[in-house]
Amino acid sequence: MANFEPKIVAFLCNWCSYTGADLAGTSRMKYAHNIRIIRVMCSGRVDPTFVLKSLREGADGVLICGCHPGDCHYHEGNYKCLRRYEFIKQYLTEMGIDKKRIRLDWISASEGKQFAELADAMTEQVAELGPCRVRSIMENVT
Amino acid sequence: MKHRITIDPITRLEGHGKIEIFLDKEGAVENVYFQVPELRGFEKFCEGRAVEELSQIVTKICGVCPGCHHMASGKATDAVFGVTPPPTALKLRELFYMSHFVHSHIAHFYALAAPDFVVGPDAPPGERNILGVIGKVGLEIGGEVIKQRKIAQEIQALLGGHQTHVVMNIPGGVRKGLTIDQRDDIAKKAEGFIEFAKFSLKIFDDVVLANEKYVDIILNGPYSLDLYSMGLVDENNHVNFYDGKVRVVDQEGQEHCKYSPDEYIEFVSERVEPWSYLKFPYLKKIGWKGFVDGKDSGVYHATPLSRLNAADGMATPLAQEQYERMYKVLGGKPVHNTLAMHWARLVELLYSAERCLELATDPQITGKELRAKIDKNNITGEGVGTVEAQRGTLTHHYWTDEKGIVKKANIIVGTTNNNAAICMSLKKAAEGLIEKGKEPDHAILNMIEMAFRAYDPCFSCATHRLPGDMPMIVNIRNYNKDIIHTVKRD
Amino acid sequence: MDKENKEKLKLAVYWGAACGGCCVSVLDVHEKLLDIVAAADLVFWPIALDVKYADVQKMPEGHIDVCLFNGAIRNSENELMAVMLRQKSKIMVAYGACAQMGGIPGLGNFHDRKSIFDRVYKDSESTENAEGITPQPKYDVKEGRLDIPAFYNDVKTLRDVVCVDYFIPGCPPQSERLLEVFMAISSGAELPSKESVLGALDKSQCDECKRKKTDNKKVDRFYRPWEIEDDGETCFLEQGVVCMGPATRGGCGVRCIEGNAPCRGCYGPPPDVTDPGAKMMSAIATMIDSNDEEEITEIMASIDDIAGTFYRFSLPSSILRRKLMPEVVEVD
Repeated sequence: MANFEPKIVAFLCNWCSYTGADLAGTSRMKYAHNIRIIRVMCSGRVDPTFVLKSLREGADGVLICGCHPGDCHYHEGNYKCLRRYEFIKQYLTEMGIDKKRIRLDWISASEGKQFAELADAMTEQVAELGPCRVRSIMENVT
Repeated sequence: MKHRITIDPITRLEGHGKIEIFLDKEGAVENVYFQVPELRGFEKFCEGRAVEELSQIVTKICGVCPGCHHMASGKATDAVFGVTPPPTALKLRELFYMSHFVHSHIAHFYALAAPDFVVGPDAPPGERNILGVIGKVGLEIGGEVIKQRKIAQEIQALLGGHQTHVVMNIPGGVRKGLTIDQRDDIAKKAEGFIEFAKFSLKIFDDVVLANEKYVDIILNGPYSLDLYSMGLVDENNHVNFYDGKVRVVDQEGQEHCKYSPDEYIEFVSERVEPWSYLKFPYLKKIGWKGFVDGKDSGVYHATPLSRLNAADGMATPLAQEQYERMYKVLGGKPVHNTLAMHWARLVELLYSAERCLELATDPQITGKELRAKIDKNNITGEGVGTVEAQRGTLTHHYWTDEKGIVKKANIIVGTTNNNAAICMSLKKAAEGLIEKGKEPDHAILNMIEMAFRAYDPCFSCATHRLPGDMPMIVNIRNYNKDIIHTVKRD
Repeated sequence: MDKENKEKLKLAVYWGAACGGCCVSVLDVHEKLLDIVAAADLVFWPIALDVKYADVQKMPEGHIDVCLFNGAIRNSENELMAVMLRQKSKIMVAYGACAQMGGIPGLGNFHDRKSIFDRVYKDSESTENAEGITPQPKYDVKEGRLDIPAFYNDVKTLRDVVCVDYFIPGCPPQSERLLEVFMAISSGAELPSKESVLGALDKSQCDECKRKKTDNKKVDRFYRPWEIEDDGETCFLEQGVVCMGPATRGGCGVRCIEGNAPCRGCYGPPPDVTDPGAKMMSAIATMIDSNDEEEITEIMASIDDIAGTFYRFSLPSSILRRKLMPEVVEVD
């Protein structure tokens, strides 16, 4: 869809992925501006509510990043996130929302380049899907 | 100038409804429309659910007869999995179900029916309620009604967990059994039900049948419709609420058809009208000929009276005596007088009570085998469950995928069977009671309502006190919808 | 009706898209109904009294002291009456799961008006409707015009259409809880802040549930209730059966669990939770005994119908509120 700039909310964990994104910034890497970052202490903090609320408030996509498996600062937090993510995907599918609108990936503190690439890939993926209708439907309950 | 009487909402029954009475220029009744303004869409939103969950979802179709939907659903679910519950489970289900009938029939008779008969259809409005009934028959009765209803509810809670939206059924059987102490306690309570049922029939005898005026209203009032009668019967053609075949007899009592519940689609069709959300079932082989009665019209009723008409008798002795007596007094079988539904309901109450006792004294009821084993590979993917709800034959039909997830659902509800009959009863009552050119007064309005109430469209209220009057405002509007006259009853 | 008696509370009970179970719950206080009737005049209750809409319309503003509104908002009449009763009532209570969250009728939000009508009136196997007739809000018969309420595309909760003062949860609310609330109101006790939940406990179902619980809730798969031999004593979740207990407010007396059926969430969210389904997803996810993505997916596959199970009663009040249909349907 031409000229559609998706809004993507990204929950990044403090210890790895947020630092990785920060590295992308300080290295002046260019990547899609569509990402709005929210820092959480651990990807395990990401409640399904956050994802659903993001969509409800107008996000077209939600990205979650955590430490690589085995590297979580809190040991198991990223695995908890992984399990919840599977649930969210299934739930969104049942609700008629394309599960490609959300994505979970692992970014370490040193992976600035990977973060930039992920941001671009996610933006392209969501742009292809078009605007998410959740917010407009909710505001026009008929 | 055309006149129109709107009654909105109709009250003292479960659910939403309104009545539009059209009068012609001379003020005679031209037509009557009974409209149901509600729909929730269970037949659609059951899709995608695991089939066993439906037994707990469909109870929310009706909070007054949730047990009926639960049983029909449980039976359909068993059929989907291709299993038959073990005898103990079936008996536990039926015991629950008989208790459910006891509670519902008691409540309906005393709070809805009795006022019109015990006190009188044209008695002062202030007396035409349960208080008036109590005034006539004694203060103990009100307390006894509440007590018996409570006991029946408690049995439901014991067997079914949730007292209203019961959770008893699981594919292949039931979730909970009975201990010997519990069984004995229920047996004692069932004896109390029998006594109370006998007593209720006696009230009907002493107050209604002994009164020539009431008998005249029942036999000769504008409430008769010559319809086909439907009901579930067992292998002896006796009335059974939980299981059996569906039997339909014609206006002379001859068997029109008798079919296994899963064949229902060949025998019953539903019609849609644009002015009501409720569909109109009719007998398929005869066809829809309009809102008319008679042998050539497919309109039928499914009520306590139709059940007794369609059967050859009752399966328990005391109820059988009363069955024979009822038909003797009313001049033979089948009976088409709508108000006789109230009598039939009391005969059923007695049967339910006797059956409760039979089941509660059956040694198998405390058995330990509560469930048949489910083999996922034997899933048939389709099932029909039919029971008699208090107000008519109830059918649930489910189709599922190989995992038992519902693909489609089709439901024909008890009262739905009577949709066309109710329209016609109301019209007949209005025609017979509203005098041409004369504004209907309070007594007339009440007697029109009686045509509706006989079908027990669900609810009843064993409340201690109804407001003495039945306040009603009837607005008569001209063609421009201006109110030209108001009849009030405060 | 004692119109002159100013000491009695004026109580109204009304239903939207409802089943009648909430009205039954009022009666199921049994002989305690005498206490209610001693303290209150029932001024509007279609299931039991012959008061008509025109009578309600005539009532002055604030005439009704307490209105127990049960049922969801499914059509225009439900909304009209909610608005009218809000105007006539001092206290408006969303009574029961349907008024609070949408309830079972809320499952209609997996569909829209067209697909519901198509199934009910056209595709149903026993329905003969070659002309494709569907109910119309206005229809002309030869005698005149008939009207019925317009069926909305979306199920709404009571709060979506009027300001709600209190919520009494449950499907239906347990009668003992209703009695407690009624006695508090009629005795003039100070009521909690607006929009509070009344007649329920402050903790989840698990707190009341008598089943045995341990700290070990890891499962390697989930089971449908009929796939296990329930021992009648152990926590359902520990047996691998989905039970909404952790995300459901207590107060019902754990009636379904007493019947050996797992909880399905009719008592609504625990305090401070807006979307119980999302919380339950989170809780259940914690139970999955695996860190491997493939294994996790496999375990997930043993749960059917996530949306319909976790949002059984709360779909219209959930964050997403409804399933997105392929096209937006225009309202007439």
